[in-house]
Amino acid sequence: MTVNVGVDEPTAGSASQAPVIEARNISKSFGAVSALRDVSLEVGKGEVLGLIGDNAAGKSTLIKILTGFQQPTRGQIFLDGKLVTLSSVAEARAHGIETVFQDLALIDTLPVYLNLYLNKEPRFGPFLRRSVMQENSRRYLDDIGIQIGSVNDEVASLSGGQRQAIAVARSVYSHARILLLDEPLAAMGAKEGGIILDLISMLRERGEVSMILIAHNYAQVLDVCDRVNLLQHGEITLNKKTSETSVEELLDLVAKEYRRGGKLAGNRGQLLNEAREGP
Amino acid sequence: MTVQSSAPTSQDPSPPQPSKTSGLKLVVNRVLRVRELSVLVVDIVLIIYFGAANSEFFTVSNIQNISNFFSAAALIAAGEVFLLVCGEIDLSAGMTFALVPVVMVTLNNDGIQLWLALIIGLAIAAVIGLFNGLVTQYLMLPSFITTLGTLYLLHGFSLTLAGSTPLPAPQDGIIPKIFGVWQWSELTWTVVIILVMQVVLTQTRWGAHTIATGANMIGASEAGIKVRRIKIRAFVLTAFLSGLAGILDGTNIAKSFDPNAGGNNLMFTAVAAAVIGGTALLGGSGTVVGAALGALLLAVLQDGFNIQGISATTFVIVEGVAILLAMTLNIYFTRFRARAKVG
Repeated sequence: MTVNVGVDEPTAGSASQAPVIEARNISKSFGAVSALRDVSLEVGKGEVLGLIGDNAAGKSTLIKILTGFQQPTRGQIFLDGKLVTLSSVAEARAHGIETVFQDLALIDTLPVYLNLYLNKEPRFGPFLRRSVMQENSRRYLDDIGIQIGSVNDEVASLSGGQRQAIAVARSVYSHARILLLDEPLAAMGAKEGGIILDLISMLRERGEVSMILIAHNYAQVLDVCDRVNLLQHGEITLNKKTSETSVEELLDLVAKEYRRGGKLAGNRGQLLNEAREGP
Repeated sequence: MTVQSSAPTSQDPSPPQPSKTSGLKLVVNRVLRVRELSVLVVDIVLIIYFGAANSEFFTVSNIQNISNFFSAAALIAAGEVFLLVCGEIDLSAGMTFALVPVVMVTLNNDGIQLWLALIIGLAIAAVIGLFNGLVTQYLMLPSFITTLGTLYLLHGFSLTLAGSTPLPAPQDGIIPKIFGVWQWSELTWTVVIILVMQVVLTQTRWGAHTIATGANMIGASEAGIKVRRIKIRAFVLTAFLSGLAGILDGTNIAKSFDPNAGGNNLMFTAVAAAVIGGTALLGGSGTVVGAALGALLLAVLQDGFNIQGISATTFVIVEGVAILLAMTLNIYFTRFRARAKVG
């Protein structure tokens, strides 16, 4: 296992070669309800894509398809320009696609360094090489700017933001190439959320991992992402560099949707939710 | 693995955040760690007290008595800790304890050499554990139910095999000497196994994965840990240690194997020892040494009450109070911990 900590790659985003991940004309229907219609998106190497949209816009469905949890009704997924079929979460993970759902994957009662190394622990004979893990974990967390008291602390003793940061760090540390962050800032105060935003910025600067960030706070999305996609009723209605759009424009687009949709949109959202939670 | 680091560390030299809860958490963590130590303190206080109160306490024969109360419970507890930590329990351990030596001596009486009978007995113990584990993990029965069933099943086997009467334990030769005839053999086995299992739990991948499985089964299996295998291994370990304890205990103390020996009382003592020693009932944490200290606490109490002439009935009451107290603390700390992490 080789981990390159600290490659000097200050520039991020906008790759010249094929995108790390590309979804082409993805559609997904649940019975008569179509959750995604002809959705195409791409993320370049080291790029951070912000994915925003209303609750029922299809973000979760899209994420589930990209992580192999669900299969699209139509459409294709390309990794580094090569067509792939992501028929399971394990398969997506083998391709380096990782999702961080909050901090749910962490082991509370184990120290931070064992969490970073979970199931990849270096050993000497049957014994864990604790000092190696501690040393590397400390250096790695320092490098990406995650501050915790000690790598020997149990994860249970960390704050919400720190825990999530560790969860993200672990995915990157275990060779994620594409990181999907589903509402990483939900239920988090400003200071705690700041830890995550700093981490995303830091990873973006390093440019090793591509990210799709789902969030509700447009200002934060514009702050840490290279590009933003707006998903509305299963279609991508905006695809712009963050430098070319503004919170106002995004709010305006979403507000229009509300005005247009009214009660109908509410019903539709409900239908989609039911469809998604079904079998 | 290689890690190459070239980048300068964090661009942001902001001070470590001393959030307002961190002081409290520190105290909680310290107390949690001290919990194991607190059992040791109680052990020492009890030993000093009974030593001062009764001149017989420190005699060799009394220490042998304490060892008798301690060993079997501590051995079984060493296995139960692995099970409890990964979120399971084995209620049939006391019956495995009774059955395995009966099997061994029956085979021996049928003309099979003792060493072979011993190996077969221990292998059967492992198979019992495997059975408990497979049924629990693949038929999705809670271990509480599975092992309640095997508890009766194994008891029935013991009674059938032994004809409801104790069978004399072999006393001649090197194997019985190692496995119980020598006065301190059972204690030696127990101490060595406790130390080995403590190292396994804290210093090996098996141990770390056992903790991970109990603390967050979904998270652990998503990381690729074979959680079923981890759990089945804990069942096999517990049954194996129970069977070994049965052979050692019968040979060492009663010089016979009673199909009614050990049983549920011993199993519950072992579980209580683990819980008193700080093993979380909800899984995810615990130590073998803690469980051994818990077993020592119960053994010293029982022996102390005996030599002080306090009736056995009183001991049972005290044991009940001790377990309730320890379990309450146990649950309280687990909840407190869960709450502390939200803050």
